[in-house]
Amino acid sequence: MSTPESTPVSDAPVLRMEAVRKTFGGSVVLRDVHLEVAPHTVTALIGASGSGKSTLLRCANLLEEIDDGAIWLDGEEITDPRADQDAVRRRIGVVFQAYNLFPHMTVLDNVTLAPRRVHGVSRAQAEERARELLERLGLTEKADAYPDRLSGGQQQRVAIVRALAVRPRLLLLDEITAALDPELVGEVLEVVRGLKDEGMTMVLATHEMGFARDVADQVCFLDGGVVLERGSAEQVFGDPRQERTRRFLRRIVEAGRL
Amino acid sequence: MTVTEDGPAREGADDDDMAGGAGLPGDGYVPSARRLARERYRRARARRATAVAALSTLVTAVVLYLVVVSAPGWPRTKETFFSAHYAREAFPKVLEGLWLNVRLLFVCGAAVLVLGMLIAVARTLRGPVFFPLRVLAAAYTDFFRGLPLIINLMIVVLGVPALRLQGVTVDPVLLGGTALTLTYAAYVAEVFRAGIESVHPSQRAAARSLGLTNRQALRHVVLPQAVRRQVPPLLNDLVSLQKDTGLVSIGGAVDAVRAADIIVGRSLNYTPYIVAGLVFVALTIPMTRFTDWVTGRMDRRRAQGGAL
Repeated sequence: MSTPESTPVSDAPVLRMEAVRKTFGGSVVLRDVHLEVAPHTVTALIGASGSGKSTLLRCANLLEEIDDGAIWLDGEEITDPRADQDAVRRRIGVVFQAYNLFPHMTVLDNVTLAPRRVHGVSRAQAEERARELLERLGLTEKADAYPDRLSGGQQQRVAIVRALAVRPRLLLLDEITAALDPELVGEVLEVVRGLKDEGMTMVLATHEMGFARDVADQVCFLDGGVVLERGSAEQVFGDPRQERTRRFLRRIVEAGRL
Repeated sequence: MTVTEDGPAREGADDDDMAGGAGLPGDGYVPSARRLARERYRRARARRATAVAALSTLVTAVVLYLVVVSAPGWPRTKETFFSAHYAREAFPKVLEGLWLNVRLLFVCGAAVLVLGMLIAVARTLRGPVFFPLRVLAAAYTDFFRGLPLIINLMIVVLGVPALRLQGVTVDPVLLGGTALTLTYAAYVAEVFRAGIESVHPSQRAAARSLGLTNRQALRHVVLPQAVRRQVPPLLNDLVSLQKDTGLVSIGGAVDAVRAADIIVGRSLNYTPYIVAGLVFVALTIPMTRFTDWVTGRMDRRRAQGGAL
């Protein structure tokens, strides 16, 4: 759907995390997280609520400052205090669980805000690209509507368009279907599948295990602030090595979610 | 008081649809006897309510009138406060003075909004460079919200000329306007700040995630939402400012209050004050109605499920 601005020839990881630690007050949310995300791959973060999936994504986007460890984006350490945080965020797209669209702007203005204000694209060019993306996601008629007139699924698709409009190097998806009615989940997941086919590098925190198994190249099971198990989807879902992973997956199966 | 009379018991969701009228064209809907009976009952109840309200108003008015008129001092009061002669004399002068109040309202209102916004934004600035600015802004709002307006006016209008500074105006209108602006900017700054804080942090997070700088996020995402939400309290403060423009008369500026004052001083009849008061009320009513209308419209929008 959107080709990244600069595609390195090498297979060097887009995102790398090493020994990342993050605490809130007294509680340790991320203890010792290691992660590597190769270009054009999809990484799914799974795990119980409170296992640190969302925090991990917020740290990768520098919305949270990590306590220890380091994070690299395209080989550049972004957790260095001297790094330009705004420049880092410009290269990472984020889609939130609660959409977080700007309610005082039309869909089109939501989508063109960052290209125009941050990337200096002209209004005409920004709108052209926005309309193109909206059309691909089936939102052509919604361009001039306000977010609160849209269904949850439509709002989330707009949020995805907004994140894509700046041609990010990496897309972070934070439980993007968790706030949706069941019948609207499919339309959003379909969009993510399309993005994968076009080679977008993505990290997604999700409770949709079936989807994770389907679409992810790499699955990470988070538990107690560490990546307890990391491997291909077949391996993690089919033959988990850790007892904790097995227990988690068994509960998911019992709940009819896999 | 039977609400439902026996009729063809018709089950259907349309029964309670009062707004639906005769239903959609072509769906063959005929209001049931039950619905008609309910509507009849509701109409009768509304008529009864109107009648009770009218009667109650009349009785209250009569009682109030009798109490006031039968008061022992009424003839005297009537002469000093409600004299038609002095009202006629004062009215044109008061109106002339009111023009000054209106101009003060517009100029001070604009200045208050700008200054209030700057102070509110100053208080939200992050970063060590802005520390003195944050402290100053906080001290400013604390001081001027606490200082009684009348004292503020006396200090500025009477105290500043006493300094005999070169090049500083001694015009009571300009000084009075400055004092009003100083006090009201502090109120309005707090209104804006409350608005800024009422915008959910996730909005800022979304803006920052798109690469917007802190300032861009404030300007394009946070402030527009904050200001829209604060329109009703802002209008409320402007209504209040409108009537407080009458206080510049303490410095001798001839506004509506001062115009009345002059006649009172000469005639020892207080009717001009009543006239000036009523003129202010008449000026404020359109503004309060406008505030109600804006607030109501925003509430309705919100009720429809939108945040704005």
